[in-house]
Amino acid sequence: MEKIIIIINGKEAQVDKNFTILQAAKSLGIEVPTICNDNRLVPHGACRMCVVEVKNARALLTACTTPVAEGMEINTHSERVINSRKTTLELMIANHPLDCLTCSKAGNCKLQDYCFEYDVTGEKFSGFDKDDLPIDDSNDFYTFDPNKCILCGKCVKVCDELQCTSAIGFSGRGFSTHVSHPFEAGMDYSTCVSCGNCVSVCPVGALMPKEKTKFREWEVKKTQTTCSYCGVGCQIELKVKNNKVVGVDPAMGPSNDGLLCVKGKFGYKFINHPDRLKIPLIKKDGVFNEATWDEAYDLIASKINEIKKEHGSDSIAGLSSARATNEDNYLMQKMMRAVIGTNNIDHCARL
Amino acid sequence: MTIFRSHVLMCSGTGCVSSNADQILARFKEKIKEVGLEKEVQVIKTGCFGLCESGPNVLIYPEGSFYSHMSVDKVDEVVDEHLLKGRIVKKYLYKESIDKDLIKSVDEINFYKKQKRVALKNCGIIDPENINEYIAMNGYMALGKALTEMNPDEVIQLIKDSGLRGRGGGGFPTGVKWSFAARNKADQKYMICNADEGDPGAFMDRSVLEGDPHTVIEAMAIAGYAIGATKGFVYVRAEYPIAVNRLEIAINQAKEKGLLGKNIFNSGFDFDLEIRLGAGAFVCGEETSLIASIEGHRGMSRCKPPFPANQGLWTRPTIINNVETLANITQIVLNGSKWFRSFGTENSPGTKVFALGGKINNTGLVEIPMGTTLREVIYDIGGGCPNGKEFKAVQTGGPSGGCITKENIDIPIDFDTLTSIGSMMGSGGMIVMDEDNCMVDIARFFLDFTVDESCGKCTPCRDGTKKMHEILDNITSGKGINGDIEKLLDLAYTIKDSALCGLGQTAPNPVISTIRYFRDEYEAHINEKRCPAGVCKPLLSYYITDNCIGCTKCARNCPVNCISGEVKKKHVIDTNACIKCGSCITDCPVNAIIKR
Ligand SMILES: Cc1cc2nc3c(=O)[nH]c(=O)nc-3n(C[C@H](O)[C@H](O)[C@H](O)COP(=O)(O)O)c2cc1C
Ligand code: SF4
Ligand code: SF4
Repeated sequence: MEKIIIIINGKEAQVDKNFTILQAAKSLGIEVPTICNDNRLVPHGACRMCVVEVKNARALLTACTTPVAEGMEINTHSERVINSRKTTLELMIANHPLDCLTCSKAGNCKLQDYCFEYDVTGEKFSGFDKDDLPIDDSNDFYTFDPNKCILCGKCVKVCDELQCTSAIGFSGRGFSTHVSHPFEAGMDYSTCVSCGNCVSVCPVGALMPKEKTKFREWEVKKTQTTCSYCGVGCQIELKVKNNKVVGVDPAMGPSNDGLLCVKGKFGYKFINHPDRLKIPLIKKDGVFNEATWDEAYDLIASKINEIKKEHGSDSIAGLSSARATNEDNYLMQKMMRAVIGTNNIDHCARL
Repeated sequence: MTIFRSHVLMCSGTGCVSSNADQILARFKEKIKEVGLEKEVQVIKTGCFGLCESGPNVLIYPEGSFYSHMSVDKVDEVVDEHLLKGRIVKKYLYKESIDKDLIKSVDEINFYKKQKRVALKNCGIIDPENINEYIAMNGYMALGKALTEMNPDEVIQLIKDSGLRGRGGGGFPTGVKWSFAARNKADQKYMICNADEGDPGAFMDRSVLEGDPHTVIEAMAIAGYAIGATKGFVYVRAEYPIAVNRLEIAINQAKEKGLLGKNIFNSGFDFDLEIRLGAGAFVCGEETSLIASIEGHRGMSRCKPPFPANQGLWTRPTIINNVETLANITQIVLNGSKWFRSFGTENSPGTKVFALGGKINNTGLVEIPMGTTLREVIYDIGGGCPNGKEFKAVQTGGPSGGCITKENIDIPIDFDTLTSIGSMMGSGGMIVMDEDNCMVDIARFFLDFTVDESCGKCTPCRDGTKKMHEILDNITSGKGINGDIEKLLDLAYTIKDSALCGLGQTAPNPVISTIRYFRDEYEAHINEKRCPAGVCKPLLSYYITDNCIGCTKCARNCPVNCISGEVKKKHVIDTNACIKCGSCITDCPVNAIIKR
């Protein structure tokens, strides 16, 4: 890859010619704050947190959208830049409820983190107009609180560019701009498929999963695993508090790139559900009784053998599940064909 | 061809149309027929004459008689006297046309004397709905010349040599911009005409489209040829129905004559043109928003680079030019770059059209050579402020510009000088303010506009301008506090430095420039709770002075009955109950009521 030389924070460095300033800074270990940036999306340049000073440029430039150029002199943390970021943050929280004490997003909120980093208290514009809009909880899986929205645009873009559902967009102009859906009829009346990818990317507490268990981000243990709903193999992170799964975040797996569907994102509540089957049950005299796995396997094997003997192999059929892995499904058909001796094997998704 | 001895030109720009030009035109035609002159006198509907203040306007040639404030009931007399008997009806002429006993022709009127019409060459002269009239004025000759005698590079070089700079606000050299798109290879390129004209009070582009739509079409085809685009769009706001209609007619006529479409002038060059209507958002004049809008998306700006010349409409190389920029192109192609440079200044050659408005006698459309001073425009052409009031400042560049005060009134108007004194050329709005204008209120007015028109994408513009507006609201309603000016400036500079597009980057300009030149007015509002110009209602109280003759008129008319007093004795206003409607001031026969 062709390299060029830039001068960043007073130091000369070689970077890839096709980089944006943000990518270049990252490759050199320089942290530039971003809110609306997401490497998977077309750069938006809306939040203005990543502004940097470039010599001879009329105004500050957003690192996420500006390509580097030979000899470019960049300052990522000059006084001018810091002041600009501070004002941007002040403006964001001036129209944001300061309820971090009770907000479930606290500890996992970019706005909170940057206000902390940049010593922004919210005093500068206290007393100015704030939105006072109704919370939309029409969707079964998540809520949308427009008062907390900082209009970074990530939800709209993820829905449009990656999920390709385009259920949400922007309405209104200027200060009245807000994330909306057709005819403002409520999220649930849009084409939303409840994939929750918007919820996963929201940097603040505007889009939140509906979850009854209260938890703080620092209280949960995160475990990366593979989503068990289908064979795609999406990588997820289970958030566990007190041995109970309280949420799912998408992980950057090769097959899902940080995206999930409604089942992977929100369908975790069966895990700790009291009705969940955890032990095999065997029916005796019309009543289910708890049994050991060995007892259960024995019963299945003996029944199958009995039926096979009496009625022949083709009287048995197997139906396997899309929730099992490819390997498990392979073994299932192998067992039907080689062990039981029938071609009666099917699958709910016809793998 | 019929030769007519007289021509009656009826201005049919939006201004005159809204005051009955169509009916006047119809009556002229009828009456002329009634007196049997229809073979001798031709009545023509034209674009804007410029002097909108005195409309509806009618010009009668060959005398060049300029009839102003026309109405349907005056038509018969003008036809009987002027057209039938050859006696100009003096009482209906524009007031300045009569100098003692001398009747001046239209070119001798002060308003027109210092003007030079290049972009508006045909406006008010030809019938915009008749392509033959355009062709008679050398129309489509420039396109023919470009297509048959020049190669695209030569066209671009010519425009570069002319020094033409974009009239849409930025002032970027047009030829240079064209060359960027020309050197890009692509399966399709686009040429767009920006006729969004969102600047409040501006109507230059509208007038060109209404008065001479073919000049824009011809220039777009020339530009398309130069950059290699075969497809063009005119993006025009739906609020301009007359312009849209005439443009549609013109495009159809050009297509019928083979001046648009395939193989134009047998040169092998194809060019097709379509109209796209905008819904009137100011931000859609910004080129990336405009592109988004044509593509069917919400009008929101995006970061540049990539510039449209590299990746524009549907990611193809695209050139966007302003209407007035384009209106200069045919003239440059026909007359050469030297001719163009003979007007204007070294760095800003040519002319500029301004929409003169506000506190000025001759509200209207003026085209002046660059380098003309503001004084000439405001006093010689504009006729100064009405009612003998004192000139205070002029706002150029609309909501993105700044105010220029008396001290700078002798500066030449060109791109660089205006920028150097904290204003900008903008697209050509020029709003004059007199002693009765409060500059804090003016700043608030412009910010009110940008707050509403911000696309809402980026934080500084969406939230920052709103905060500035709230501070200005406080100041003008008597709630200003110490430190407000500093807070305004702090926000203003941060927004300018960090907003995404030109809208946000320039939105604070009216505030910055009014603070720069009229800080004392801000201070009077904040510290003394006083509006020196007597505009900000919450800071005003109405009082009756000793001049009161006790006529009781004010007391009888006050809508909230807050004036009391006996007949023939001095009256008083209960300032707590007063709603500051001002009706008493208008009523008082002896001007005894003041606000302070
Ligand atoms: C907020 C905003 C509004 C604008 N509105 C207009 C407009 O109404 N008409 C226009 O021609 N240019 C407008 N411009 C400038 C255009 O973005 C662009 O620079 C121009 O059309 C280029 O044409 P020119 O080079 O011929 O001037 C606007 C720019 C901004 C930032
Ligand atoms: S809801 Fe969240 S992701 Fe969507 S725009 Fe608002 S802050 Fe950004
Ligand atoms: S500066 Fe204003 S108009 Fe431009 S992108 Fe930002 S919010 Fe939109």
